[in-house]
Amino acid sequence: MRPVIEIATPLTAAACRSLRAGDRVSLSGDVITARDTAHRLLCEALARGEGLPFPAEGAVIFYAGPCPAPPGFIIGAVGPTTSYRMDPFTVPLLKAGVRGMIGKGKRSAAVREAIKEHSAVYLAALGGIAALLSRCVTQNEILAYPDLGPEAVRRLTVRNLPLVVVNDPWGNDLYEQVLSR
Amino acid sequence: MAAREIRSEEITAAVKRLFLEANTSLGDDVRRAVEAALPLETSPLGRHALEMILENDDVAKGCFLPLCQDTGLAIVFAEVGQDVRLVGAPFRDAVEEGVRQAYRDGHFRPSVCHPLTRENTKDNTPAVVHVEIVPGDRVRLAAMAKGGGSENAGSVTMMLPTAGLKGVKDHVVDVVRRAGPNPCPPVTVGVGIGGAVEEAALMAKKALLRPVGSVNPDPSLAALEGELLAEINALGIGPQGFGGRTTCLAVFLAVKPCHIASLPVAVCIQCHAARHREVVL
Repeated sequence: MRPVIEIATPLTAAACRSLRAGDRVSLSGDVITARDTAHRLLCEALARGEGLPFPAEGAVIFYAGPCPAPPGFIIGAVGPTTSYRMDPFTVPLLKAGVRGMIGKGKRSAAVREAIKEHSAVYLAALGGIAALLSRCVTQNEILAYPDLGPEAVRRLTVRNLPLVVVNDPWGNDLYEQVLSR
Repeated sequence: MAAREIRSEEITAAVKRLFLEANTSLGDDVRRAVEAALPLETSPLGRHALEMILENDDVAKGCFLPLCQDTGLAIVFAEVGQDVRLVGAPFRDAVEEGVRQAYRDGHFRPSVCHPLTRENTKDNTPAVVHVEIVPGDRVRLAAMAKGGGSENAGSVTMMLPTAGLKGVKDHVVDVVRRAGPNPCPPVTVGVGIGGAVEEAALMAKKALLRPVGSVNPDPSLAALEGELLAEINALGIGPQGFGGRTTCLAVFLAVKPCHIASLPVAVCIQCHAARHREVVL
């Protein structure tokens, strides 16, 4: 296992190309939360020729719907949801400039191919450790679709969010690698 | 004999407390199983994941935060003694109120919506409530906060009656294999074999209430649970799908006779957080 690699947003193609499936990563900077319905709405906006409600270039999308913040907390528990549900909406977002996705679980062949094509990366946050992950969040702000409640699009500023590289831009897939060993 | 009275406020308070507890700390059984698996896990990333699971439990308990942001669909299994008289609000209302209060006061995520419009109900109700009438004058309440990621990995299949034991075993292992990292392994697996389409699913879900490490009282099912556990852990999926031998902490089987033309098999997968608690009133 290589030592933990520190990366920051916005993500560059070069930063993504330095990563390999199985690397542990510590990510700092801004990430954008979006999950099921938000993905549909973002892609509909792109199809209409409209922009995204955040700077797309080098953006990292976190498939997450956090718990409400208890009094005195910046955010409630926050962690990844299962990523495959966002597969049908991921390629247009990568084309628009998004360069990283944080979630958990397997991606489709089309998404893995697009990750290669756009020199992007798919990172796993550990599922079910959302109390721990919430401590990495230093700012939390709703950017779009507040009516979606826990599924609203938010900008989270994170410090040292612990992640693992699943799909690197070289075509490697951690989940497949471990099974073939 | 006079019926023993249980007030609806007691039901509400119990349901509230069970969901607050279940969402904010690992069960002792799961905690012990993860601690026991850690030194045996050969995959460095797998060990990393198991360590984070334990650390998260400490933080959740310390800060009273949910273990997982998906605080689940609220599922309640109630066994109501037939010598109990429930007084006050209707039973279902009492349960729903307990769920509502737990999710509000615990700052848990409201995760329930209309299936088609996807409009959030905002208070995590309605709960899924299963009631069984049993002998006696007690009420047993079991609360399960079921996450969507693991629930989506479940399956109900009407197999061929001729599929036999091997067919069923291969099917169960295959469901877990196909789920891979998605349901947040190490998982527990509930399997309902027989009954009818809805009863197999209910048996599989209810089986997940058993503590990890408990032994099936039927020796042949206990042996089968052990075999399935070994086969699943040989898949190599590992904690979080990062590889390793800790894919599954326990397999729980429930079996019931079925129609001669049918072989219903339901597989219900639970994530490592396995949030459930129970109480007897």
